[in-house]
Amino acid sequence: MTQHSALSTQHSLIETRALVKAFGMLPVLRKLDLSIARGEFVALLGPNGSGKSTLLRLLAGLSKPTAGDILVGGWKLPQEAAPVRAQIGMVSHKVLLYENLNARENLRFFARLYNLPAAKADERITQLLDQVGLARRTHDPVRTFSRGMQQRLSIARALLHNPDILLLDEPYTGLDVDASAVLDNLLRDAHKGGRTIIMSTHELGRAAALASRVVILSRGVVGYDAPTAGLDGLRLSAIYTETTSMASAR
Amino acid sequence: MKTPFLKAVFSIVRKDLQIELRSRELVSSMGLFALLSILIFSFALELDRNARREAISGVLWVTIVFASVLGLNRSLAMERDQGNLDAMLLAPIDRVAIFFGKLIGNLVFALVVGLLLLPIMTILYNYNLFQPWLIAVLLLGTFGFSTVGTLLAMMTVQTRARESLLPIVMMPIALPVLLAAVRASTNILTDNPIADWIAWVQILVVVDIIYLVVCFLLFEYVIEE
Repeated sequence: MTQHSALSTQHSLIETRALVKAFGMLPVLRKLDLSIARGEFVALLGPNGSGKSTLLRLLAGLSKPTAGDILVGGWKLPQEAAPVRAQIGMVSHKVLLYENLNARENLRFFARLYNLPAAKADERITQLLDQVGLARRTHDPVRTFSRGMQQRLSIARALLHNPDILLLDEPYTGLDVDASAVLDNLLRDAHKGGRTIIMSTHELGRAAALASRVVILSRGVVGYDAPTAGLDGLRLSAIYTETTSMASAR
Repeated sequence: MKTPFLKAVFSIVRKDLQIELRSRELVSSMGLFALLSILIFSFALELDRNARREAISGVLWVTIVFASVLGLNRSLAMERDQGNLDAMLLAPIDRVAIFFGKLIGNLVFALVVGLLLLPIMTILYNYNLFQPWLIAVLLLGTFGFSTVGTLLAMMTVQTRARESLLPIVMMPIALPVLLAAVRASTNILTDNPIADWIAWVQILVVVDIIYLVVCFLLFEYVIEE
């Protein structure tokens, strides 16, 4: 099995060095080294409990490492989290929206938290709602939205402040085929726009099709790390099985 | 690069008020609970006028405290259940701004319920509760209780047994506020001279300040996983 670092650390936007995260006595990430360059779309794969969500929360500054270093854009986390947070948009399997507010009110609230000027925020909200296909539902409470619509609005929320980095934690959870296709297009557009994207997912075919690089986490370390060029869902599935079963056997 | 502190605080307050105006979930459930409580107390305490007057402050504070606990749980659950707390933590704001935003919202809802209780209890207990000192004590007591309650609710909302855990954790810690508020209120309602009870109001002010400072210092640690 080939295991290599896709990029030199000199050009990395995100870097973890010997990153350890433990919950009590249970280690989730074990000296994880990872380097991600600006503009990459990394699909983060791995079985449940392999540390994908934990890694994303650490990169977002929502969680503190037990040991090791995290550098995002040259800033060290969690000590210098504030400037990093302004550059990060996050989408989770939870939608991070207020059900009793409508789509525009939700985005306005977050625009205020990101200190966007009101006029600029309104313009950006209109543009994003149009982009995610919710322009007609802008005044409807979020509780009336389907899961797919809520997830699209969640993407709009994550893109509101025009972040350099998008962190997506299993964003396809609960989406039907159509909603997944809409999300695919949104992510392609975001990637084309030069954003660095890290997405945890269990959908191997989608990972191979969308991402520029795939990282398989296994038992808290990188088990496989390679560009997706030449990979399809089937090939990736075989690599995934091999990587995770080897880790289980150890 | 950071959002100004006050802008973040008032954005959160505005959002909470907007949600409450839309849903009326918090104030209606707190208000209904409070109304039922004072009705039950009113029927249960068929006392003479003097004894009833001494019991009023107890009824008032028991009702406000448990209605506030109900509101605190729901207010923080709203942030936790849909992951909205994470969304706020992701924003470039001082994390303490989240505490102050939620505190002001919770305080407003508790005060609305407290102030609604005054005319109802005035009618049911046939005793005028619209007394300036009583309203001042109500404000101070509710502030102290909401301060410590917001911090503790932020902790307990992350647990499975949050509904029952919050009052268990909160009552011992909020005891100084409750004790001072009940003592001051009883003295005010029984027309005792101000010199007899002003010390309780002073204690209430001091405890409120201590709670505010301690909660301010602890909040960042509380919201860490």
